[in-house]
Amino acid sequence: MAEIAPALAVEVRNLRIDMPEGGDIVDDVSFTIRAGEVLGLVGESGSGKTTVGTALLGFARGGARIAGGTVHVAGDSSVNMLDLTPQQKRRLRGKTVAYVPQDPASALNPSLRIGLQLSEVIEAHEPETPRGEIDRRIEAVMQDVGLPADPAFLMRFPHQLSGGQQQRIGIAMAVILAPKLIVLDEPTTGLDVSTQNRILDIVKRLCREHGIGALHVTHDLSVIAHIADQVMVMYSGRVVEIGRVETVYDQPCHPYTQALLSAVPELRYRTQLKAIPGHAARPGQRPQGCFFQARCPIATQECKAHPIAMTRQDAGHDVRCLKSGVTAIAEPERLPDPLPATATSGKRPVIEVRDLHVAYGAFRVLDGVEFTVEKGECLAIVGESGSGKSTLSRALIGLVPQQQCTALLNGERLAPRARDRSRQQLQTMQYIFQSPHNSLNPRQTVESIVGLVHDTFNRASRSERRQKIAEVLSQVGLSPDAMFAFPDQLSGGERQRVAIARALMADPQVLICDEITSALDVSVQAAIVNLLKDLQQSRGLTMVFVTHNLALVRNLADRVLVLNQGKVVEMRGVAEVIDTPRHAYTKQLLANALVADLDSRAKRSGEKECLRA
Amino acid sequence: MQTASSLPMPVWFSTFAQAARYNRTRIGIAITLLVILLAVIGPFVAPYEPSAFVGKPFLKPSADFLLGTDFRGRDVLSRLLGGGIPVVWMSFASASVGMVLGVTVGLVAAYSRGWIDQVLMRIMDVFLSIPLIIFVLLFVSLIGTGEWLIVLLVGVAHMPQVARVTRGVAADIVSREFVEFAEALSVPRWKILFGEILPNITTPLLVEFGIRIVWSISGIAALSVMGYGIQPPNADWGLMINENRGRIASRPLAVVSPALCIALFAFGINMIAEGIAGTMSGANRKAGGEQ
Repeated sequence: MAEIAPALAVEVRNLRIDMPEGGDIVDDVSFTIRAGEVLGLVGESGSGKTTVGTALLGFARGGARIAGGTVHVAGDSSVNMLDLTPQQKRRLRGKTVAYVPQDPASALNPSLRIGLQLSEVIEAHEPETPRGEIDRRIEAVMQDVGLPADPAFLMRFPHQLSGGQQQRIGIAMAVILAPKLIVLDEPTTGLDVSTQNRILDIVKRLCREHGIGALHVTHDLSVIAHIADQVMVMYSGRVVEIGRVETVYDQPCHPYTQALLSAVPELRYRTQLKAIPGHAARPGQRPQGCFFQARCPIATQECKAHPIAMTRQDAGHDVRCLKSGVTAIAEPERLPDPLPATATSGKRPVIEVRDLHVAYGAFRVLDGVEFTVEKGECLAIVGESGSGKSTLSRALIGLVPQQQCTALLNGERLAPRARDRSRQQLQTMQYIFQSPHNSLNPRQTVESIVGLVHDTFNRASRSERRQKIAEVLSQVGLSPDAMFAFPDQLSGGERQRVAIARALMADPQVLICDEITSALDVSVQAAIVNLLKDLQQSRGLTMVFVTHNLALVRNLADRVLVLNQGKVVEMRGVAEVIDTPRHAYTKQLLANALVADLDSRAKRSGEKECLRA
Repeated sequence: MQTASSLPMPVWFSTFAQAARYNRTRIGIAITLLVILLAVIGPFVAPYEPSAFVGKPFLKPSADFLLGTDFRGRDVLSRLLGGGIPVVWMSFASASVGMVLGVTVGLVAAYSRGWIDQVLMRIMDVFLSIPLIIFVLLFVSLIGTGEWLIVLLVGVAHMPQVARVTRGVAADIVSREFVEFAEALSVPRWKILFGEILPNITTPLLVEFGIRIVWSISGIAALSVMGYGIQPPNADWGLMINENRGRIASRPLAVVSPALCIALFAFGINMIAEGIAGTMSGANRKAGGEQ
């Protein structure tokens, strides 16, 4: 194993980045990446992970300032990249250090053909390159990222490519000059799991083959498990744990790492997800001593006294914790799968949908979908993007006027448009949207947002109304003071709680959730999922849960409906579908989910080592 | 900003407070207030009756007549002090009329999409193809020159521009999920338009309001200059320019002083609008500043 160490791609020492008004965003960040290796940088929103990523390009956003530290690129220990002049940095960027942004759709110029955008990269850095040489290199790089290199394809505009293809172009632009280091900033967020897996495989292979070191910034622990050799966990602008992926995932030593891993749902069995209590302190309001101390179950006085330094746990495994290695958060307990639904012939289902068709022009989004939802159960609707799962849930709530179907709610006919439905029906079914940033009116306080639902179904005096809003807010774990906040003063998790509170305000029987955790951090996702489970139990809610995350489905749902290109391909109990999938499409979905599954990753780590040696 | 975040207050107010941090906004507010103050207090401090004949025509400025006299021998200073009110109130009023009409049309068009949107906006395009002055002159020459009629006509002439801007900025908002939520809740449509969507576009609309006032000022002043506004012997800045333009070379003050007041007023409002535009982010800014 420990043969000759490969050259360093980057060496970062004591990096510190300050806010414009003083105080640090990140401090004391040190790590190295070897050529050909991928370092996964994981952290939740606000942990400073993107700030560290862009600092490797010598760039700090929004007035922030790189205040100290050294960055030596490509083993060149004589030059600190952070001390270079802007011109020198510009020359370095793209050529020695490249960047792959999160959203390729907005990073590519929409009005330039992709071939031109690729050749521009070469022309900008090596203007002397002859035309033939440029073409040859473009062809080579297109092969590298698995795209056709024929002129017809290179003549396409970015909007003529799929999201996955766009991101491949992004990667091609990054590696075309054979850099020593690439920084990838959540390059697969927003892509399907299967597309994500393909992209990650490409990145990994390119790094190996060309000896490129990569820093892969992400919030998704399973992405790290897939791609990275080393993992660095950040919390509140500090590195709390760094080490080889297998080591850190098998024996997480920092309580935060342990908490993060316990918050990830498992595909193979149902667990009691563990949310992390409290929330991370903002820069400038961070406590003395260990920043995680307020949320840590094993924190003592000692932890509050002094800043904690990184200590070596094993070879190549460093932890910033005084109690490193103590199990602060045990692995989540396994729960039994729900019993397969017994035939409830006597009871009428809450929702009954027969022969649902939605077509936009000639394009059929949904084609003859039929299903029922029993009272008190949670039906998960899964599928990749484009499968029609969101359209299905929107049709249920009455936002798709084009739909044609026979839908019954508690035995009563449901009109296709929400406006044609009775007040009773509107109240019975409530919807929670995917993005908590978009679903709350930014110009209204939480009181008026939740109050809108209240006023639609009730009449009450001002104080009574306030009382009721405070009640429903506390049911979702928010303090009544949150009533006076505007959405932008709340975190993503808090906003999604407001959205849930708003739905509960109607006192519904059915809750339809459209990918409600996909924009949230894992620990927040765990909290929201637990909240939904509790609400379902205490209120006897029926739920329709739309998602692409099969592990989440395992954790929450009773039955699963698998949707592919507008058709139901499978609909059975959750354990049956995930353990013994019947349809080829379900099998493929599962295979993709398994690649990302943490548990199966850890088991395979031994065999991975063999391959590398 | 502390107060803005802890107390729920109207959005336009916090936008205004934010804009007031720019120097250009402050200059704009100072100039505008100065002109409005001049117009409001002027009549009470004027040395003579604005329409009284107090001397010979076209006297030079002197201790008695600080700005000289006009073509009929009335005191220019007194007419200047007394002639501000019409242009000030009429420009505000007609811009407001234009905003109310235009915002309503624009919101309805953006929200309904489809053929209603098409029909409404094509009607606006027809209006838009007629220049403001021609449009107003046509009706004024037919019906007469009532002050309210002019306010109404100038307001209607503003409507298509305002509708276009409103539709442009609201198009972004109508597809947001909070609008869909209200839709799924079957909230009355007018409530969605004015309760959910409108508060999200106040900033570009404030800018547009400023621009509309500036256009109203020039439009109404131009009508007066052409003799279709305030009728003599009443005092009015636009009218003064018209009356005294014959001797502009030898007695420029009788023309220049009202012209300067109009220009300052327009300039001040424009600076405020600029300041508010400065508070918008890049994407909104383009849509809001669209002429």
